[in-house]
Amino acid sequence: MSFLGFLDGLGGPHVRDGVIHLVVVLASVHALAAVTAIHVPHIRYLAILPEIVMLGGAVLLLGVASLSDRPVRMSVTTVGTVVISGASMGLAWWQWADVRQHGPFTTVAGAVVTDGFSALIAILASTAMLLTALVGDGYLRREGVEGPEFHVLAMVSASGAMIMGQANDLIVIFLGLEIMSIALYVLAALNPRRATSGEAALKYFVLGSFSSAIFVYGIALTYGATGGTNLAHLTSYLSTHALSSNGVLLAGMGLLLVGFGFKVAAVPFHMWTPDVYQGAPSPVTGFMAAIAKAGGFAALLRVFVSSFGTLRPDWRPIVYVIAIVTLVVGAGLAVVQRDVKRMLAYSSINHAGFVLLGLQAADARGVSAALYYVFTYSFMVIGSFAVVTLLGRSGDVGHDIAGYRALARRQPVLALAFAVLLLAQAGVPFTTGFLAKLQVVAAVVDAHSAPLGFVAMGSAAIAAFFYLRVAVLMYTPRRPRWVPPGREIVFDPIVGPQASTAAREGSGVSGQAEPEIAPGGSLDGGTAEGAVATVPRTLAELRLWSGSERTVAVVERLNADLLIDREAEAVEDGAGGRRVRVPPAAIVAIGICIAVTVVFGIVPGPLVDFTHHSTLLLLR
Amino acid sequence: MNPSQVNVIGMDLVAAVHKTGPDIATFVVSAIIIIAGAIGVVFSRNPVHAALSLVMTLFGVAVLFIEQQADFLAAVQIIVYAGAIVVLFLFVIMFLGVDRRENIAAEPLHWQRPLALVLMAAALAGVIALGVGSHWATGQQAVAGSTTAGGHSNVYLLGKSVFTTYLYAFEATAALLVIAVVGAVVLARRPSLPSVEPETDARGAAVSGQPGPDGGLHDAAPRGSAAQDASPADVRAGQSLVKEAGR
Amino acid sequence: MSVLGSFAGSSSTLVGGLPSSLAVDPLFSRGVHWQEVVIVIIRVLVAFGVLLGSVVMMIWFERKLISDMQSRIGPNRAGPWGLLQTLADGIKLFFKEDLVPNRSDRFVFKLAPYLTLVPALLIFSVVPVGGVVTVAGHTFELQVADPPMGILVVLAMSSISVYGVMLAGWASGSKYPLIGSVRASAQMISYEAALGLTVIAVVIVSGSLSTRAIVAHQAPAFWDWNVLRLGVVPFLIFVVAITAEMNRPPFDLVEAESELVGGFNTEYSSIRFALFYLAEFMGVITMSGVMVTLFFGGPDGPIPRFIPTSDLWFPSVWFLAKVFVFLFFYVWVRAALPRLRYDQLMDVGWKALIPLSLAWLLDVGAVIVWGWWALVVIAVEIALGGVLWRAFVVGSRRSEVAAIYPPIASRMLTVVPEPTAEEEQE
Repeated sequence: MSFLGFLDGLGGPHVRDGVIHLVVVLASVHALAAVTAIHVPHIRYLAILPEIVMLGGAVLLLGVASLSDRPVRMSVTTVGTVVISGASMGLAWWQWADVRQHGPFTTVAGAVVTDGFSALIAILASTAMLLTALVGDGYLRREGVEGPEFHVLAMVSASGAMIMGQANDLIVIFLGLEIMSIALYVLAALNPRRATSGEAALKYFVLGSFSSAIFVYGIALTYGATGGTNLAHLTSYLSTHALSSNGVLLAGMGLLLVGFGFKVAAVPFHMWTPDVYQGAPSPVTGFMAAIAKAGGFAALLRVFVSSFGTLRPDWRPIVYVIAIVTLVVGAGLAVVQRDVKRMLAYSSINHAGFVLLGLQAADARGVSAALYYVFTYSFMVIGSFAVVTLLGRSGDVGHDIAGYRALARRQPVLALAFAVLLLAQAGVPFTTGFLAKLQVVAAVVDAHSAPLGFVAMGSAAIAAFFYLRVAVLMYTPRRPRWVPPGREIVFDPIVGPQASTAAREGSGVSGQAEPEIAPGGSLDGGTAEGAVATVPRTLAELRLWSGSERTVAVVERLNADLLIDREAEAVEDGAGGRRVRVPPAAIVAIGICIAVTVVFGIVPGPLVDFTHHSTLLLLR
Repeated sequence: MNPSQVNVIGMDLVAAVHKTGPDIATFVVSAIIIIAGAIGVVFSRNPVHAALSLVMTLFGVAVLFIEQQADFLAAVQIIVYAGAIVVLFLFVIMFLGVDRRENIAAEPLHWQRPLALVLMAAALAGVIALGVGSHWATGQQAVAGSTTAGGHSNVYLLGKSVFTTYLYAFEATAALLVIAVVGAVVLARRPSLPSVEPETDARGAAVSGQPGPDGGLHDAAPRGSAAQDASPADVRAGQSLVKEAGR
Repeated sequence: MSVLGSFAGSSSTLVGGLPSSLAVDPLFSRGVHWQEVVIVIIRVLVAFGVLLGSVVMMIWFERKLISDMQSRIGPNRAGPWGLLQTLADGIKLFFKEDLVPNRSDRFVFKLAPYLTLVPALLIFSVVPVGGVVTVAGHTFELQVADPPMGILVVLAMSSISVYGVMLAGWASGSKYPLIGSVRASAQMISYEAALGLTVIAVVIVSGSLSTRAIVAHQAPAFWDWNVLRLGVVPFLIFVVAITAEMNRPPFDLVEAESELVGGFNTEYSSIRFALFYLAEFMGVITMSGVMVTLFFGGPDGPIPRFIPTSDLWFPSVWFLAKVFVFLFFYVWVRAALPRLRYDQLMDVGWKALIPLSLAWLLDVGAVIVWGWWALVVIAVEIALGGVLWRAFVVGSRRSEVAAIYPPIASRMLTVVPEPTAEEEQE
């Protein structure tokens, strides 16, 4: 009698089955469980490889950094980032070649589309990432915020922009937007030594979340009106159904426009831009300007021109008004800025207005012009902020416009580079900036919105003023003993020592505490006392030495002008002077930016063709 | 991928549902709960009361979901929102000690509140006018398919759409969550360090006593000095805390 | 035919104008008339009464058993063997003065006890306590309700049961209760994930969220119970997590007497205090019932029908017997185990339970798809476990400062942040 037969006799077939189950518990689970086959959509991995490489590389970098005992060296992080973004860029070019050869395609259940448009955005995002890694390397070393966080967050942000570029579904657009934005919020706060950095991040976060909520609301209403979030579905539904009263759809479309407007910093949704651009670490600002605009405009163009194409009469007037306001406000307020980063922030708003012209034209030519604008602007803005990064002193300070006076004397190469990039932004011929402006204006005039073109050109004239002002200032020799208005006190030689002495008596605690943050906080009191007792010889030392907030404020106020004056003096004295040590990586990045800006400005063919083809290959 | 597969959503329309008495009663009761909760969130001066009102709203919404046969959504609504998110709100409120009554009278922008009222009234009037004047026909009576289409349960259908139509969105959400965690850790585990920036650089124009030329947001709020003036003593205190924690 | 399919098929039939979500119970197969309404009301009342009665008995049982374990006699005056002691305590508490502290938030303070009680009651409503019975031509299930997302109701209610504790502590306007309530929320969130992941494992093998279907799927005998079928580990995780969710010893940091006076209910007195007490024991009973439902076949006997028995009472007896085992277990644990320290509590939750339950869930899923996949998945899990272990090691090995501050700041703490000063001195 077999064992199973014995069990049969004991308790019937149930028992026997049960014992078998017990013996192969896990296998029985397989037999029992309900598996209903689901047809998993086909995935063509070429379509999503660039962002997979970017995200995977970010996670790998993070994992290596957090699993190693010692902090990973900065050079390793930077090289890794450059390699990863280079690989991503290569894959994006492969996409481009594939699309040129075999035409566009959708994959992953139609959620992702690969066409020239998406390949262009992927190329742009990975290039921006590469340049930012090069610029960020020197910055992070200077600021002492070494660590992989900067690169990891930036890579994730870039992958978010790529997702936005290739999204064929409103939900995917939203997710790409959030991936991009959340990383940018944190990047903006990355420098813990600047309070403005945290302030910028908080403002960006609050307003960004608010705009995301509006965006989601727009998606919900659009879904309610059309029954789908897929852009292909939207297109076909709207072209086959004529809606008699489409209030829900229009409301959804309006809210989507508001959400996008926040991301690309169009007026009146631009409020966060100046504060965030000014407060964020300088390389981050350049990256943010490039990536957020690229991702935002990519999705905006795709949704509005292709999916809401049949609703052109409804949204073109709105975009018309927004574009005018954006152009005028951006250019007008940039003129009165004294901080270079803030000025560039307003100039970026102005540029957003120009890109909106391409959207307003709402045809293939307009889209092509807008893409060209976004592409070339990215190089200009990353390069500009790279220069600003290098010129800022430790602590990412000294971006006051007065500090750029006579820069050409101290830093001839940097000054030249900055001048070229500013002139390109202003739209001087033989740069890509000129061609970009020309194309969008031509497109919008062709689309019977000539007044908008005139406004754009007017704003370009205003913009030229503030770009040229900086450029000219850099080449203006320093006035002897130039005293900024209202700051005469600065040059009273006894003010510093007097104020600081008072401060030391008033608040000795903090004055003595400062040296103790030296290695491990283990300095003995004697050294600290000695440090305090030394008479300050330099301004920085003076600031260290004098404790009270008021004194620090006064001294810091001097820094911007006085230190530069001293440097200039030192140069004149032939004593060498304090030069900005320019990291080679940043030079390479700036060089690439200038090369792209100038070369394609003189030989416009390839780049114009590139963007033109990307539009032709646009699906649908 | 052929286009016919792309357009699956929304094609499975259900006919207009016949509303019975209990349906309407359920809707009215839960709608009252939802609106009362929402009003409570806005008007409670105590953050804890506001959070509780939010829970009330979430429960009302959950009831509406059940009424629409979206059982799974209702349960998840309570588990995730009422059970986790609002609990975290309360956690933060209690931890930070912000559960004081706010002084509403202290308003930096005086025109803000009347303006908000006017805008709200205008928007409401617009919505009502649009709603009365034209029925907002959208061509779709019900955009979603039945929650139990094809004899399948709610969870089955949801899982299916997550792994087919919204597969990419689902995976992208994973990336989003990862970056959110990384970002939160980067921000949360920062020491408060001495600020190195001068007042000049922070506010180009504010130093000279003038408002910013562009009337930016910062003009409304005075600059917080707490974060900026984190003194070395703070760092030292942090270190001693660390040492104590290590013991 | 898959279980999921068959179950879903039965639930999707619209009957009598009712939404399909209510149509699982055979009671409603002929629509809703006044008889059905009466039966439902009776079920609710009976469940409520039985639960209250069991709570009274449970309190007595716990006190008596703990006394035994501690070589004491325990309550022995009120009634035979002190059986009426709980009743006497209740009456005493009822007549005590009802204190509301001056600094309390009065409304929330009064609301909180009910918020702890209601979830415990609601969880019990989806626990199947017996089989399907036919009385006077009406066939119905012995449980208050059998919604299609039954087990999610349990999760939802257990996750909102923390509100009562949190709000009680906050509304008291005093520090010890506040600490208790903050602990409660952190603890609840920490263990919720592990709890949910084990429940998902059960749902995966059962193919349904309905508690009745989960029970039916574990028939006919003990080798089909989920505790064995899932390989014991999910059950163990569930026991630990649910104990922490209920704030029972050894996870009762919320009311740690030695640290927090009385924890979240320090300021409560009179009938409100009694309600907290009631809710705690009600939670123990209902959660024992949930465990029996999820892992021990609910009302089904361990061996299929070797004794001819009545369908009416036999399953309920089995159910009670199994629940009783868990009740004993809880009292035993309380008597035997010391309370965890707070960091240990967090370590167990985050570093042990969540990774383990996640890994096990993946194993179960892999086995369901294809047995050999499990080997692949286990190999991957071991690799990831190594990474996780490495992360824990690195985290604990980093120097004190670096353990708190990431690399981003460690350099700044060791270097004087004034490079310009150095340069200029040179």
